[in-house]
Amino acid sequence: MHIDEVPQEGNATLGGQRKAMYAVGADGRYTIVQSRGWEAEEAVTTQAVEAFQRLAHEALRRAREGLSSPLEYHMYRGRMDLALLAQTTGLWRWRIRRHFRPAVFARLKTVLLMRYAEALGISVDQLRAVP
Amino acid sequence: MQFEHRHAAHCESGTVSALLRHHDIEVSEAMAFGLASALAFAYLPFIKVAGLPLISYRMPPKAILKGVQAQLGVRLRCETFRDAARGMARLDELLGRGQPVGLQTSVYWLPYFPPDMRFHFNAHNLVVYEKQGDDYLISDPVFETPVRSAAADLQKARFARGLLAPHGLLYYPERIAPPRDLRRAVLGAIRRTTRIMLHAPLPFIGVRGIRLLARRIGKLAQSRDPDHAALFIGHHVRMQEEIGTGGGGFRFIYASFLQEAGERLGNAALPELAAEMTAVGDHWREFALAAARMCRGRTAMDFARLENLLLEAAAREEIFFRALAACKA
Repeated sequence: MHIDEVPQEGNATLGGQRKAMYAVGADGRYTIVQSRGWEAEEAVTTQAVEAFQRLAHEALRRAREGLSSPLEYHMYRGRMDLALLAQTTGLWRWRIRRHFRPAVFARLKTVLLMRYAEALGISVDQLRAVP
Repeated sequence: MQFEHRHAAHCESGTVSALLRHHDIEVSEAMAFGLASALAFAYLPFIKVAGLPLISYRMPPKAILKGVQAQLGVRLRCETFRDAARGMARLDELLGRGQPVGLQTSVYWLPYFPPDMRFHFNAHNLVVYEKQGDDYLISDPVFETPVRSAAADLQKARFARGLLAPHGLLYYPERIAPPRDLRRAVLGAIRRTTRIMLHAPLPFIGVRGIRLLARRIGKLAQSRDPDHAALFIGHHVRMQEEIGTGGGGFRFIYASFLQEAGERLGNAALPELAAEMTAVGDHWREFALAAARMCRGRTAMDFARLENLLLEAAAREEIFFRALAACKA
């Protein structure tokens, strides 16, 4: 990659940050050049962000319809999946899946709610509700 | 504390280079990366990241910490903690002694990262060099300027769980030995990298791993779930191009290492090989652009074309690493 090939396309997912890239100058020597971002990178990052947003959106709809507990929504909103939430909380997956049932979730003890809240970086009150 | 911040392409090599520079050992990021034999390729379908297989263009996290110690004769002291409070107290103690400290963290909990880049990736490295009130001043190598984080956020980032959990890992140079023979170090590092790329006994590592992934992507054409196929392709490109790869899946950093090593050893063959490596990196970028456009629907999805681009990448890498293995520095 030549210095003048370093992409400067203003990647929105970088939030105005620039990243360092190695590129070859006119003298054939490598230097570090700041890049404002690249179309390809923006496309795939946006795709990954949107995948979680879609999951969170569907979980939110289910929670509002009373088909799922707020926990499922907050998990996806925190960009986690079942495997990661299980690792972070130290709970079995089947147990977490059970807690996706609104009736079960409503009866959860505060200790367990606190464990979820801690893993997701939110308060217990936030965990209990959906927007 | 005075700490010179320098913008780097990759977090682990940037962190190690910055810590050593603070102790007056000038090792560029590219040299740290190359000497640690950090370049690789791995496609591990049985390890899942957010439900998708692990694809990596470099050796696993901490390989650079270990490799730099082996090749440069410096000793990094590494500590992990069961108890978060003790891990934070130890950090404060070292900072109080004027010792900048390298940390392994989860990107998701670091408040200064742009929201779209905050994923649960647990092996991000950075340097903390000062505490001001409740805030830590951080030299994060992949950011242009120094940043800061509140103690509570940094603690969460250090003690995140899941794949590659950091367990509060902190490290700092402990003993600095006189530098070893650079020629031997470079030769040894290159030999390790060519062995991994060409002769790993496992089919998902090195050039064979690229071919395996190529065939896997070719087979996505028969997938009944086009959304998943698009996510798979996008995930692959992210592993290759997103923050900390310097673009081209670390191939350009490695080229920079070959160039610098060649100049310092007065070897004419290495800079020529660096130019070859650059061409390989450019090919990876071509693949990334084609794949990214397809998975956003800007061009029609064409798995056969992606498979061919990957097979070509594998062929080019094979030629390149054979030439590198034959090079006598």
